[in-house]
Amino acid sequence: MTAQTPTSAVTANTTRAGARGSGGVVLWTSAGFLVTVVLAAVFAPLVAPADPNAIDFGDIWAPPGADHWLGTDQMGRDLLSRVVHGARESLLGPLLLLLLASVLGVAMGTLAAWRRGWVDVLLARVTDVMYAFPGLLFVVLVIAVFGSGMTTAVVALGLAFTPIIAKFTRSVALAECAKPYIDAYRVQGVSGLVICLRYLIPNMAPALLGYLVVLFGEGLMSLATLSFLGFGAQPPSSEWGLMVQEGQSALIQGVLWPALVPGAAIALVVVAFNIVGVRVADRLNSRR
Amino acid sequence: MTTHVLRRLGGMLLTLAVSSALIFGAMYAAPGDPVSFLVGDPENVTPERIAAVRAEYHLDQPLLVQYWLWLGGAVTGDLGTSFQYNAAVSDLILTRLPTTVSLVAYAAVLFTVLGIALGALSAVRRGRRTDAAVTAGTTLAASVPSFVLAIALISLFGVRLGWFPVTGLGEGFLSRVHHLTLPAIALATGALAIISRVTRQTMVEQFDLEHVAASRASGIAERHVVRRHVLRNSLGPVVTMCGLVTASMLSGTVVIESAFGLSGIGALLVDAINNLDFPVVQAVLLCMVVAYMGVTTLIDLVHPLLDPRVRIEGNRV
Repeated sequence: MTAQTPTSAVTANTTRAGARGSGGVVLWTSAGFLVTVVLAAVFAPLVAPADPNAIDFGDIWAPPGADHWLGTDQMGRDLLSRVVHGARESLLGPLLLLLLASVLGVAMGTLAAWRRGWVDVLLARVTDVMYAFPGLLFVVLVIAVFGSGMTTAVVALGLAFTPIIAKFTRSVALAECAKPYIDAYRVQGVSGLVICLRYLIPNMAPALLGYLVVLFGEGLMSLATLSFLGFGAQPPSSEWGLMVQEGQSALIQGVLWPALVPGAAIALVVVAFNIVGVRVADRLNSRR
Repeated sequence: MTTHVLRRLGGMLLTLAVSSALIFGAMYAAPGDPVSFLVGDPENVTPERIAAVRAEYHLDQPLLVQYWLWLGGAVTGDLGTSFQYNAAVSDLILTRLPTTVSLVAYAAVLFTVLGIALGALSAVRRGRRTDAAVTAGTTLAASVPSFVLAIALISLFGVRLGWFPVTGLGEGFLSRVHHLTLPAIALATGALAIISRVTRQTMVEQFDLEHVAASRASGIAERHVVRRHVLRNSLGPVVTMCGLVTASMLSGTVVIESAFGLSGIGALLVDAINNLDFPVVQAVLLCMVVAYMGVTTLIDLVHPLLDPRVRIEGNRV
């Protein structure tokens, strides 16, 4: 994950400086775009003009037009319908992997900050080993062992994101534990588990939530990359990374739409998420 | 100083031992017996053949012994035999290494030169429109996944405009540079934001220091102040970051080589995973982790030699 970590740090800091100066237009456009995408994903069968898996070999690689607004792919399937339906898998995947990573990561990070000692050392060692694998290589190792597929990819990425979230949680929890109210509960004889679950974690939630929104774009990017390599979603899924891979063969023949449409969808959603995520993180942090 | 070096090297070796054990052991967590991939044609599977394959790949030994034999082989350059190609893995890697290395080197040159130039530009124009434009532009570029960027570059410059070839490597140096230009751009773009930001940050910090005010007061032209004093003094962190980013690019080649159909080490890894070629997967992952860890440790150790300020602070502590 090391390759990702500096990138996300850069994204966080630079857009923050940029967003403040440029005002709210970019922010609200991005937020509106994301809401539209999420709504389209939820109501995909109503929004999509055609069946995403309806094959028509008489109409392959059709250019965008009245019949097919964004054209058709190598099997004559309607690209707009596929992108709209693909939004479900493309957005649900990162959500699930972040859910897994944050449950594990918050538990590990809180435990490390609360107990210190060997738990803390263990977390540091695990993180070290994870960071020894540049980029997605740890995930690639897991996929090499358990085979390709969306479930494996989501679980592997969830595990890869865990130490990142754990490290962040640890630093927030250390600052929070130093505050007097924690000692106050402790003096009253409240058990450590209750303090962590009822007071410590809820108080860290805003900071964690902001961080998770920023990580969402990263998760979407990584998952789409895995699908592009053939390790994630499998045909006939219309996950966006897989769609780009399937459209790639048409590029040489001058047919650009099948790869560019899902590619643009990924890029736009990731950019929008980074813009909104950074602002949300900013807002939540300043409130603390 | 010596204790620092030794501790750093010891830490690296420990991490390498654990990650190599992980790479090796992971393959045995796989569902199914590796033997079934090795015997090949299921028609003439005999117990003798299975036993022979087991012995050849040391599958009949305990796991720790297997790991030891594998690691010992890897250290001496014997990375095993590929199931798929029936050739030595080290040969497979060596024939593909030049492609990957030249791709990474090309990308490193691109992001170093452009990143430092853009960072310096926005530091000199800090707080103005150019600064905001550079920051927004590089951040935007870093938000686009590299494979999407690769597809966009192929579509525009390869297919539509026809300026660059879209597949293959080409013969000779100039042709190779021509063929690798689009892949290198796709690989370098993500790093551009990191390098330009680090350059901008360290240069802005320098601008506020007294030695800059002193140089200006003694009448040195502003461009000399920027080039000889501000930029020169900021190079330490920038060079370190360039090294780290270059090291992490090894994994980026997996995606870029697949997108551009280059037969480098990254593409070899993807191919090996899809064909369940375990020895190749292990060897490529091990090589990438070793190279990555080696470069990052080296940077850590060389940094004080490049920047006397770090050395002096280190001694004081």
